[in-house]
Amino acid sequence: MTAPRTLFDKLWDAHVITSSGDKDLLWVDRHFVHEGSHHAFGKIAQRGLPVAEPGLTFGVADHYVPTRHRDRPIPDADIARMVRTLSENTARHGITLFGLDDPRQGIVHVVGPEEGLTLPGTLVLCGDSHTSTHGAFGALGFGIGATEVAHVLATQTVWQARPAPMRIRVEGTLGPGVGAKDVALAWISRLGADGARGHAVEYAGSVVRGFSMEARLTLCNLSIEGGARMGMVAPDETTFAYLRGRPYAPGGDAWDAAVVAWSALPGDADAAFARETVLDGAEIAPIVTWGTSPEDALPITATLPDPARETDPARAARIKAALDYMGLSAGRPLDGTPVDRVFIGSCTNARIEDLRAAAAVLAGRKARVPGLVSPGSSLVKAQAEQEGLDTVFREAGLDWVASGCSMCVGMNGDLLAPGERCASTTNRNFRGRQGPGARTHLVSPVMAAAAAVTGTLTDARPLLQGRGT
Amino acid sequence: MSGWTTHEGLAVGLPLEGVDTDQLIPARFMSTPRAQGYGGFLLHDIRRDAGGALRGDFPLNDSRADGASILVARRNFGGGSSREAAAYALLDAGYRAVVAPSFGDIFQGNAVNNGLLPARVTEAEAEALLAALAAGPVAGAVDIGRGTLRVGEVSVPFTLAPGAAEKLVNGWDDIDLTRHHQDRIGAFRDALKRDRPWLWPGASAWRAGA
Ligand code: SF4
Repeated sequence: MTAPRTLFDKLWDAHVITSSGDKDLLWVDRHFVHEGSHHAFGKIAQRGLPVAEPGLTFGVADHYVPTRHRDRPIPDADIARMVRTLSENTARHGITLFGLDDPRQGIVHVVGPEEGLTLPGTLVLCGDSHTSTHGAFGALGFGIGATEVAHVLATQTVWQARPAPMRIRVEGTLGPGVGAKDVALAWISRLGADGARGHAVEYAGSVVRGFSMEARLTLCNLSIEGGARMGMVAPDETTFAYLRGRPYAPGGDAWDAAVVAWSALPGDADAAFARETVLDGAEIAPIVTWGTSPEDALPITATLPDPARETDPARAARIKAALDYMGLSAGRPLDGTPVDRVFIGSCTNARIEDLRAAAAVLAGRKARVPGLVSPGSSLVKAQAEQEGLDTVFREAGLDWVASGCSMCVGMNGDLLAPGERCASTTNRNFRGRQGPGARTHLVSPVMAAAAAVTGTLTDARPLLQGRGT
Repeated sequence: MSGWTTHEGLAVGLPLEGVDTDQLIPARFMSTPRAQGYGGFLLHDIRRDAGGALRGDFPLNDSRADGASILVARRNFGGGSSREAAAYALLDAGYRAVVAPSFGDIFQGNAVNNGLLPARVTEAEAEALLAALAAGPVAGAVDIGRGTLRVGEVSVPFTLAPGAAEKLVNGWDDIDLTRHHQDRIGAFRDALKRDRPWLWPGASAWRAGA
């Protein structure tokens, strides 16, 4: 009899080609490249190496793409060069590209699932830390650096040390207006931004089982913000229902064979985890970050921390520095903090469900502050327009723009001005992430919409009364 | 990449927690070709005040820190974005080793792949090293073979991620190493293609479109 194995163990074992010292050489099923992958293409060009498996490699233009005037040439020469270089590199190696003009273009971690490229049991890599997103399908997904991207291009494999399996169970039920983003920020604030370092997190429990694929994607996306190498959810009927009929998902007899294989992936009942954390869904409130790390997160009903009340001087200094950068006063309530702008977008929270949730708050209301809504993909954009969500956002006074990473990282020029405060559905409130001196508060889509309506960080729940999300 | 085992150089303290890769190199510099050098982008925005002038109170701006090659920081160094440019910026600015109680996983891998040592010490050891650097940069030394480092009078052991020491010392390049396993990779691939042909997306996409 073999020892009971976790989902992670089964996935990992199935990909080991060979081992050397503390590392395993793993087969890579899917590799996504984007504009930022130019260093890696440069490295294989230097050695004159071909791409080992162009059929398992997909290009997506997202990090640098403009979100406005997509019908015109890109005005910024550097940005234009980044987008063009990706087209050239993918064309040279025979790699399918979801480029700027492709109706399937979007953010890599939205496009992979949407196209049925990310499947249960696969190992998915991309030179982007939020590749953890793909684990929502019961896959191994993790981000790699440029040297590793070059290695994957050249060999379709990656060397990795095996992380330890860890489980985060979310039990009970979530209250209204509380979603996957809040669950993620709740565990990250509890364990710290490096709390799950060296671990592969499996999300489980009744709340996660009840989550849609969109919500699972959000949850797995944020794994990296708690330092985890990857995050995953065991595949089930929800997963299969999402995948059936997707363009690149198996079809016909192959579908049946795939479902049989996927159904064997969930972990054995008595498999051991190196660590476990349990959250009670009923205790999670809508969460807002107040500082410059995703671990600086509190329920919207809380007051800001006070360095004077901290016993550890290093921690007190860190809180003070974060409050200073954020332009906030110690001990004040978070609710009511004025914001200058909202951003609804990114691979964390710009799928169709996220846009529906934000629109539920905004319908028939006006935004008091300007804001940008950038759908996670061009297909999400088209669907939202079909549902009339774009009208809701526009009539509220927000800008409805094309899909890309946009103001999540600002590489395309969508930036906050220095000192501007933004309620943002993104994943990083790091100093300067949304522009030099920018102040970012991470929130869920309903909380971003509520911030737009009131012009302040505020509890979305009263604004959701009588409206479905 | 050439390997190395020991290094002597000037150590400087950066007593900050959570220096993420967005701070190590802000995104807007990343379209720059590497040949132009990334050293000037290192910690660009937190070294400067709102007007763009170098802040006098930032440790790396101290003229005595010129030529420093060992950086000591607090926990969760290099978390966040996978940008390898963060390691390039440190290397191009002259750093050979970064010392902290914890590192972002991806940064740690990127550092090793580029010959930059990410040396992990305990919180208490990091504080002792930072205390030795409180008055300014001092001479330091690193020995990968022994797994020890010294800053001024303070010597501490350090740990590395699995496989990192070998790679740093030998200057190994993974692509060459992996190509030695080409037969096994080929066999693995063929078995997969036989048993699970639907893992190759081209085939099914073609069928779906047919
Ligand atoms: S949306 Fe943001 S986090 Fe997601 S891939 Fe783009 S830059 Fe990275």
